Amino acid sequence: MAMLQAPEEPGGAGVTGEPGLPPAIAPITAGGLLASGGGISGARSLRRMARAITSNRKASAGALLLLLFIVIAAIPGVIAHDNPNAEVYPKLLGPSSSHWLGTTALGQDMFSQVIYGTRPVLLIAFGVGLGATIIAMLVGVAAAYLGGVYDGVLNVITDVLLVIPLLPLLIIIGSYLKGAGTAVMIIVITATGWSYTARQLRAQALSLRSRDYLEAARVRGERRLYIIVVEIIPTMTSLLVASFLTNALYAVLFSSSLQFLGLGDPNVTSWGTMLYWAEQAEAFQVAPLWIIVPGLCIVALGAAFALINYAFDEIGNPALRPVRSMRRSARVQRSR
Amino acid sequence: MSSVPGSESAGPAEGSGRLASRAGSPAAASFPPAGAAPVPDAAGQPVLAVRDLTVEYVMERGTVTAVDHVSFDLGPGEFLGVVGESGCGKSTLLFAIAQLLAPPAGIAGGSVAFRGTNMVGLTDKELAAIRWKDLSVVMQSAMNALNPVKSIGAQFSDVMRAHGVRSKQEIAARSAEVLRMVGIDPVHLGSYPHQLSGGMRQRSMIAMAMLFTPDLIIMDEPTSALDVVAQRSLMVQVKELQQQFGFAVIFVTHDMSLVRHFSERLLVMYAGQVAEVGETRRMFASPLHPYTAGLMEAFPSIRGPRVPLTGIPGSPPDLAQPQAGCWFAPRCTRVMPRCRTSQPDLYQVDGTLARCFLHQEEAPGGGRP
Amino acid sequence: MTELLRTENLARHFKIGNALSRRTLYAVDDLNLSIGEREIVALVGESGSGKSTVARLLAKIYKPTSGEIYFQGRPLSQIRSRRDMLRYRGDVPMVFQDPFASINPVFRVSHGILRALKLHRPELSAAQRQAEAASVFETVGLTPAAEVLQRFPHELSGGQRQRVGFAQALALRPKLILADEPVSMLDVSIRIGLLNLMAKLRDEAGVSILYITHDIASARYVTDRVVVMYAGRIAEAGPVEEVLAAPQHPYTQLLLSAVPDPRAELNVGATTDRGEPPRVLDPAPGCRFRWRCPLATDECARVTPPLEELRPGQHAACHVAAAAAASGAEVRAF
Repeated sequence: MAMLQAPEEPGGAGVTGEPGLPPAIAPITAGGLLASGGGISGARSLRRMARAITSNRKASAGALLLLLFIVIAAIPGVIAHDNPNAEVYPKLLGPSSSHWLGTTALGQDMFSQVIYGTRPVLLIAFGVGLGATIIAMLVGVAAAYLGGVYDGVLNVITDVLLVIPLLPLLIIIGSYLKGAGTAVMIIVITATGWSYTARQLRAQALSLRSRDYLEAARVRGERRLYIIVVEIIPTMTSLLVASFLTNALYAVLFSSSLQFLGLGDPNVTSWGTMLYWAEQAEAFQVAPLWIIVPGLCIVALGAAFALINYAFDEIGNPALRPVRSMRRSARVQRSR
Repeated sequence: MSSVPGSESAGPAEGSGRLASRAGSPAAASFPPAGAAPVPDAAGQPVLAVRDLTVEYVMERGTVTAVDHVSFDLGPGEFLGVVGESGCGKSTLLFAIAQLLAPPAGIAGGSVAFRGTNMVGLTDKELAAIRWKDLSVVMQSAMNALNPVKSIGAQFSDVMRAHGVRSKQEIAARSAEVLRMVGIDPVHLGSYPHQLSGGMRQRSMIAMAMLFTPDLIIMDEPTSALDVVAQRSLMVQVKELQQQFGFAVIFVTHDMSLVRHFSERLLVMYAGQVAEVGETRRMFASPLHPYTAGLMEAFPSIRGPRVPLTGIPGSPPDLAQPQAGCWFAPRCTRVMPRCRTSQPDLYQVDGTLARCFLHQEEAPGGGRP
Repeated sequence: MTELLRTENLARHFKIGNALSRRTLYAVDDLNLSIGEREIVALVGESGSGKSTVARLLAKIYKPTSGEIYFQGRPLSQIRSRRDMLRYRGDVPMVFQDPFASINPVFRVSHGILRALKLHRPELSAAQRQAEAASVFETVGLTPAAEVLQRFPHELSGGQRQRVGFAQALALRPKLILADEPVSMLDVSIRIGLLNLMAKLRDEAGVSILYITHDIASARYVTDRVVVMYAGRIAEAGPVEEVLAAPQHPYTQLLLSAVPDPRAELNVGATTDRGEPPRVLDPAPGCRFRWRCPLATDECARVTPPLEELRPGQHAACHVAAAAAASGAEVRAF
């Protein structure tokens, strides 16, 4: 056993004599990533993740729910027949066969509103999920691998954003923007919310940093950016997916909150804006479905993301797995 | 699987309390003791009698038999070496004997009779009475078995209190005593594990295993993380203690050279089965099973002429894919056609058992060690 | 023997501890090592001896605290451009100890070797790289190469993975392979295969190997020269058979006496030695083995023994041994 544990060698150009390359975010093309020659086992990871989801009941339920919402968002016109914005109907009708949920105080078909309102929410969820995860990934993993000064600077930035309470910040930004549409929502929430998962990814990357295969890559002569992007990040896929789901969940909740407060674009039909208009019309007394249904949808979508996340908790932390079997693949039975 | 009424073992003299050390001769100057066959105690009973022990892992793809009908006896004060490579089942065997298996592994058959009582099927409470008092375990990487935030003395005290010793003086006295036994200054009772070196941590684990002078200590590769010099002094220490206190030892390792010098009997495992078992000296002088012979040839020597070695071609088998014939056939240099179609039993040759068709003619059918 | 690599007073110190108690760990000190062409040199030492640090210094993972490394006559500290750096990495690759951790698990095993070829032999086309990878796999005994290349690491055994490690190094057409305990995590019966492979690489490919290990028996089996390290310094160095036959340094003698040999009786002479190699923190001058050495003198406590040639080709750093050699006597401490 090693009594001598050499402390982690801090990264930095001076150590190895390599000309220090600033971690410039070089254009990363998918082709470039996959041109490593060995072939990233993307298909294998996907299959493993799919298996993890299907074998976990909570995750399967969440996945089905999400699938339902995706379908609704994709083909709203097939499901709802009315234009959600057409204020042509009599106001505040109750549920009936021609208006399944009734109408709003502005004469819009509520069912159509809910159906058409799905897409903006999902766009925000996926947009933020993707955006925040990518930023968190680059920042967190770079901080962990590069260490030293880079780590310090990135940590300060991350921590500052982490400490600022998110919703008040969003409210302040939102009130300056005077009506944030979908795209703006995505940008704003992403920009303020990536720091949480950046911390998590940094922690995991730290634990991976001393793996031999990374040292092997370095001795092979790989550049540090390459090592971060190609050697470290693919091994963190399950954590990245979990990060995506978490960010998506919070995006749904935050964007709906902002829209409810009137900071969203009131002309965009989404669940949050429905709640805004419903509140304006004091719908709770006259048309409670106007509040309940969008509210339930927000909850349901959020729950879907959270449920799927259970499966990834298990991948990331095998101790949470129910005691199942070990897996052995066929081995090459030849050669010494 | 019901418990056989345990005959009170009239083994080495027992003091009035469990903590009294056994009377015994001071450490003998020569070892290993000349050709000791299993010596039953006065009641004629081996300390451990394992019969047809089978352990299975329930896996997605089916069931894997990690330990396949292993049988052997262990007499009081005997040192048995269990040798094999990764995947041979030796660690699983150890866990099964100590009743420490957890799902997906489970004992699927056979018995483990400790001083007459079959431990398979005992409840946790019944096992607790045996554990540590009569049978203790030293794990591989014992350094990780020590609680890093507690001092050594506190951990010893935990163990003793868990087994009913209340008096602080008794605890302190016994802790100091066992540490001295393994050659550690009792001042280290106040030390934390990280303050001790690797060798000292391993010794303190052995000391902990000796707190109640059990009849049997099971060791799972206790020296694999130690340097050669620390390893030798630890082994010598264990042998001295064994000769002084008369406990039996099952020593699991992959290092053939180590068992050569310290064990009287040797059990070689391959693919979950007993490949060969018998007296160490005899097995080293003339190994019966080709795997044993191959293992011995795989160790380069520092003395004598430098000869090219070949090791054993191939790699240990995947137990999830059962074979029709002998597990070792794909790698065997002396394989015969029948080896691929049927599994050999254990055949006896002069007191050594070997699972190989090469020795079938010499004794009809198998025997028991 | 043409010299390939030479270190001159190489030292590597680590600062450990926190702001309150800062101390310096002298992991490697005053190391003068040389490796020639077509030879396998064993660097033998127990944990804490500094051997892994030496490997990483030679692989340019660590920068020396002082001293210099010369490769083919040129000092490593003068390597500045990426091109020179890549060239050195191609000449002196490293094979790692843990077969389960040294290959990235998400890629096929072809990934590492193809990347290595792409970086170091850019003149090859993609098809040529594939062919070269297959050819190198064949050389190290991974057959059928085309099939093994497509496997994932978890589908290979430990021995096969280590062969992949050697293949990755070999693909670079290296001059010197740094093998950091390449067999210590493998099953015993498989080690010989890897050791034979190393000998084959030396004989057929003309590659030198620095074989770092704690197992002196395997060192003897495959190497030409052996260097014994203790507490960060070289204790003894020389041709392996001669060092084994007549070890000069008391530590070498202790080490040899402690090695269990399946074919011989156990030497129980030095069983009182229970010490372990020290962590060398802020050391004073003097021999670092003196606390465990039965022959230690006053001089040993005051003056650090220099590495001197005591017999033709055999060097040792021991005052007592040096004095004995001068008068033609032999010392046996253990």
